[in-house]
Amino acid sequence: MLKIDRNKCVGCKACVQVCPFGALHIDEEKKAVVDPAVCTLCGACVEVCKFDAMEIIREEGPRDKFEDWRGVWVFAEQKENKVQPVVFELLGKARELADKLNTYVGAVLLGENVKDQVEELIYRGADNVYLVEDSSLRHFVDEEYASILTRLIKKYRPEIVLSGATAIGRALVSRVAVQLQAGLTADCTGLDVDPETRNLLQTRPAFGGNIMATIITPRHRPQMATVRHKVFPEAKRDEARKGEVIVERVEEGDLDVRSKVLEVVKEVTSTVNLSEADIIVSGGRGLRGPENFKLLEELAEVLGAAVGASRAAVDAGWIPYSHQVGQTGKTVCPKLYIAVGISGQIQHLVGMQSSKCIVAINNDPSAPIFSVAHYGIVGDLFEVVPALTKAFKKALGK
Amino acid sequence: MDIIVCIKQVPDTADVKINPETNTLVREGVQSIINPFDMYAIEEGIRLKEKHGGKVIAITMGPPQAESALREAIAMGVDEAILITDRAFAGSDTYATSYTLSRAIDRIANYDLILCGKQASDGDTAQVGPGIATHLDLPQVTYVKKIVSIDEEKAVVERMTEEGYDVVEVSLPALFTVVKEINEPRPPSLRGKMRAKKVEIPRWTAEDLDVDPDKIGLKGSPTQVVKIFTPERTGEHEIIEGESPEEMADKLVEKLLPLLK
Repeated sequence: MLKIDRNKCVGCKACVQVCPFGALHIDEEKKAVVDPAVCTLCGACVEVCKFDAMEIIREEGPRDKFEDWRGVWVFAEQKENKVQPVVFELLGKARELADKLNTYVGAVLLGENVKDQVEELIYRGADNVYLVEDSSLRHFVDEEYASILTRLIKKYRPEIVLSGATAIGRALVSRVAVQLQAGLTADCTGLDVDPETRNLLQTRPAFGGNIMATIITPRHRPQMATVRHKVFPEAKRDEARKGEVIVERVEEGDLDVRSKVLEVVKEVTSTVNLSEADIIVSGGRGLRGPENFKLLEELAEVLGAAVGASRAAVDAGWIPYSHQVGQTGKTVCPKLYIAVGISGQIQHLVGMQSSKCIVAINNDPSAPIFSVAHYGIVGDLFEVVPALTKAFKKALGK
Repeated sequence: MDIIVCIKQVPDTADVKINPETNTLVREGVQSIINPFDMYAIEEGIRLKEKHGGKVIAITMGPPQAESALREAIAMGVDEAILITDRAFAGSDTYATSYTLSRAIDRIANYDLILCGKQASDGDTAQVGPGIATHLDLPQVTYVKKIVSIDEEKAVVERMTEEGYDVVEVSLPALFTVVKEINEPRPPSLRGKMRAKKVEIPRWTAEDLDVDPDKIGLKGSPTQVVKIFTPERTGEHEIIEGESPEEMADKLVEKLLPLLK
């Protein structure tokens, strides 16, 4: 529960303003009061109170015995027998965390025919690779993958397990975490460890990136997290690295006949895989029609970028849903995000405001997109975008 | 076909604004809405019922005022609703939430399908749906963009992936989380609104659900929030000026080139 010390509270309202849930108000005596039915104990008020008047009283839940849990594991997601780039990003981070904790990095690789990927995982920082090969693992099946991963974690007891926040990763580790009664933090953008408690400090955006939260799992092991694409740099490749391969098998109890993949359909060209893209060129209502997305495609081609879109453009039927960035579409954080003719509704901003560099091109200087943009051009996109394509072509020698 | 739809009441992000001076959220007058992704789950449940018969039950876990979200679902065409509410549930993370919801679903007992939105717009975790499926030992399909066929025994669905979609066959009962592409939610009907006003919504507490007290609320949550802060908006903010589009384009390219290397 949240305890408010009425002697210390001065009624400054700082907590009322910061509460993401509207659970606090100031009473007639000018003291803060909490509505316990609305309060989620997020701690935002404790953080902001300058007078030490707020405190969250926790009744300690059961604590695992976890002194013998060691090691930082990465789920080595593969598609068509190829390890996905996000895994190399995770291995880089896992290496850093493991070095701080003075422990090893493990990679878990499940698939049909993936043996030749083991070496690459070692070059990228894995000390141990846990390899499970079976024809039943050809496609991702939630229940079977989860059963195997859970079994391996129980057997080898890693203290941290990381996965990409991908469609597969999120579905898989959500199941595993419940099977292990472990803590799981979604979509982290920052990871660190406290070497003393060995707690993983997991930072993630909440409310669409409007606030950040740091989360720990102090009483349970393993500590599990999914991590966004493109947040951490890929681990450097070192062909001199050596590692151990531990071969495990699929057991009878892992097999689940309740679901199976009948077909894998690719509809997306490289210009649409938004989550993997380093650069995204996105268009909105300002483009005025589907034919004008061609302007963006030309710019995207020069930059090797993917093409995104606002909800307005998708709802108008100008471009398929798989391109949509924002609250009901995809959340992206590329190195460079160029928003063209997008006004910047909050629903769009929450999907892209973590991008490292944001450029806005819009003819309305008061468009909200400019408030998150690092660089803005106020002008007619039908003139600016072709000029930009030309200028990039020249600068990049294309 | 009996369907349970799990929904969540969330603050309307369209109303959430940032105070540029203090860089904090301005939440005054923020409306509560049904999580946008859950609207697609509600709609899909109603469509399946219209086609195959049976009933749709909406459930939510939250404070007493979350009842209004359930009334909205009834106005759209959901048959029954249950509010799962108890102060003992406060501070639940995704583990405790999915456990509590799974206990409620276990109590409902008769169902062929559970539908959830892909994720909630305030937490964005996408963990509660799969968590419920795991607690109930049910198969799951996430990111469902189309139900190709469904009968009492099994369903064939399309699961959205980064590259396209997978066609997945799954036996029922099962849990699906759905994405926006699956349908277009209907507005509430007049008749539905009338019903929503009058209908009685039962409230289930921790006692009703036969829950393990060590698995609910703050105490039952493995994860703990230790700090909440507003992200710093770093870097330059610069409007590129120029006489012509070409001049502005050249200036911008000069700024961006270092990023591309």
